[in-house]
Amino acid sequence: MSEIKSSESYRKKAKAAAAKAAAFGEDIDLSTYLTSAEEQPYQSDPEQLPAQAREHMLEAGVVLDDTSQRSGTYIQMDNTPVHSSIRGDGVEVIPISQALKKYDWLSDYWWRAVAVDTDKYTANVELNRGDGYFIRALAGHKTIFPVQACLYLAKARLAQNVHNIVIAEEGSELDIITGCTTASREDPGLHMGVSEFYIKRGARVTFTMIHSWNPAVAVRPRTGIIVEEDGLFLSNYVLMKPIHSLQMYPSARCVGENATVRYNSILVAGKGSSLDVGSRVFLEAKGAKTEIISRAITTGGDIIARGFIDGGAPEVKGHLECRGLILNNGGMIHAIPELKGNLAGIDLSHEAAVGKIAEEEVEYLMARGLTRTEATATIVRGFLRVDIQGLPPTLGAEIDRTVEASEKEVM
Amino acid sequence: MLKIKQLAVAVGDKEILHDINMTIGTGETHVLFGPNGSGKTTLLTALMGFPKYRIVRGSITFQGKDITGLPLDERARLGIGMSFQRPPVVRGVKMSDMVAACLKGRGDAETVAKLAKRTDLEDFLDREINYGFSGGEIKRSEMMQLLAQKPKLALLDEPESGVDLENIVLIGELINELLEKHCPIPDRKCMGLIITHTGHILDYVNARTGYVMCDGRISCQGDPHEILQTIKEGGYGSCVNCLARRHLNV
Ligand SMILES: Nc1ncnc2c1ncn2[C@@H]1O[C@H](COP(=O)(O)OP(=O)(O)O)[C@@H](O)[C@H]1O
Ligand SMILES: [Mg+2]
Repeated sequence: MSEIKSSESYRKKAKAAAAKAAAFGEDIDLSTYLTSAEEQPYQSDPEQLPAQAREHMLEAGVVLDDTSQRSGTYIQMDNTPVHSSIRGDGVEVIPISQALKKYDWLSDYWWRAVAVDTDKYTANVELNRGDGYFIRALAGHKTIFPVQACLYLAKARLAQNVHNIVIAEEGSELDIITGCTTASREDPGLHMGVSEFYIKRGARVTFTMIHSWNPAVAVRPRTGIIVEEDGLFLSNYVLMKPIHSLQMYPSARCVGENATVRYNSILVAGKGSSLDVGSRVFLEAKGAKTEIISRAITTGGDIIARGFIDGGAPEVKGHLECRGLILNNGGMIHAIPELKGNLAGIDLSHEAAVGKIAEEEVEYLMARGLTRTEATATIVRGFLRVDIQGLPPTLGAEIDRTVEASEKEVM
Repeated sequence: MLKIKQLAVAVGDKEILHDINMTIGTGETHVLFGPNGSGKTTLLTALMGFPKYRIVRGSITFQGKDITGLPLDERARLGIGMSFQRPPVVRGVKMSDMVAACLKGRGDAETVAKLAKRTDLEDFLDREINYGFSGGEIKRSEMMQLLAQKPKLALLDEPESGVDLENIVLIGELINELLEKHCPIPDRKCMGLIITHTGHILDYVNARTGYVMCDGRISCQGDPHEILQTIKEGGYGSCVNCLARRHLNV
């Protein structure tokens, strides 16, 4: 990646931040993880990947047996891109290492939405030259089927470094599903993933991320989003499977007038899981809007659910909604909604509620003939049902399926 | 048949209902009058089987089976259904989910749609149950769920209160449908116990027997229209006095 302009300065900054602890979350000792894994062979036909890998990927929303409902596919195993392909035109899906060689201009997007020296994890991705996906929707092009990407952790104890860039050119429409999963259901590992999104004028992107790691994996995504005038970024995040430790606080900037960002997150923490997850939006241009909705359930794990909206321009509007459900004693939910504004005429609000299932609601359903277990399951399903505005129905069904598949583990 | 014998019900340590006796024959509709706070809702919730309403004495027999100790959901599955005066909001649970739960597989999406049309709630199926519903919408929603549930004993808690004149006709029709009033009397299977504070519902629904509840006791029993007439003339005060007189005599 020597093509990167001022790449030396990034490396210098990364070196300086190599030991910098993150602002939130448990500090991870990177030296306890392996820095490299064997290269994985390229697979032109993803159906040829091992059955077990495909099965795990499917649980994370990545469909490989029949890709006719996908506009493109990217698969990375450990630190090697093993497959990338597209169906039709209007969208590009290639490894970022390849894209950097292909496009000189890509350096203008490199570490622009996420600072390379944010913390040791971003620094580590730079220093290890993490590969990742480059997804670009061409101007005015509306892809019908989603592009899917899978980040797969195969080697035990590996520190996986990923650097993704997504560009939605002016007036384009793009849906992305990213599924993250592991080969082993028990081996420890560390995932560090930088994702930079650029939503140009009038473009719309929905980004659905489904995490399906294992109880020993630590995960540190670092995401930045820049949305221009009339652009829309819609993020859906689903974590219902056990994980050891997750900390992320994606940050979106609405830099153009009427830019819109929506985040929906569904979080479930079982015993032994520790989550610190938030969403942050800076409304920097007139009329920018955001809505942040999160649903958190603990069945024994700890969840910090953050939200932050900064209204820094006239006529901006933001709403933050965080609801937490405690299904078992021993778990903890800490909701931290934050609003900041310095102008008259902005409209920011939040609501947060944390509690257990109301007995009155359970009894209401039981009076209709449901057993206690059925009533509880219905209420939990309802709690997790976030009606996501503007989500294509196929994606909605995808999320519903993930939620339903995991419900049994929740109950 | 529903037979309530010498029933006493307590909430916490406080006994609220004392010595309730009531028999509702198969296919019959009875109404329960009484001032606010007299214990009408308590009786219905105790019959439904809510755990907070503890039966301390007496018995409830439903269709020949002693259900005094039977849990709430088992009573519901046995055929007892209740419309709530103030049902809770259940976020995320849609009205269509509730109706489907009430149907218990006895119908499909088309059945749900028909019921919604019947109760004038077609636009409500995708709404979260009771969330932001008006008083009248709650009443119709409760009726819709009961129509789906098809109980053998329908316990209706003030189905007409807060309903405007236009909708009260519809509520009346729905109750008549639920209580199989269209069937010849001997063919009716569904029993009804309707709480009415004002008695308005009697303009739309016929009932065989009326009771007045005062201070946790049934103060009298008789023809519902006659009882309503007495209440209209002397207010509930006359019932309270009447009960007090008889208790002194005992
Ligand atoms: N859950 C409860 N906790 C405490 N007191 C209750 C409860 N439910 C009813 N009561 C009391 O029982 C009495 C009867 O109430 P209720 O049955 O609601 O009367 P009604 O329906 O006739 O207006 C009242 O004094 C009320 O305060
Ligand atoms: Mg009442």
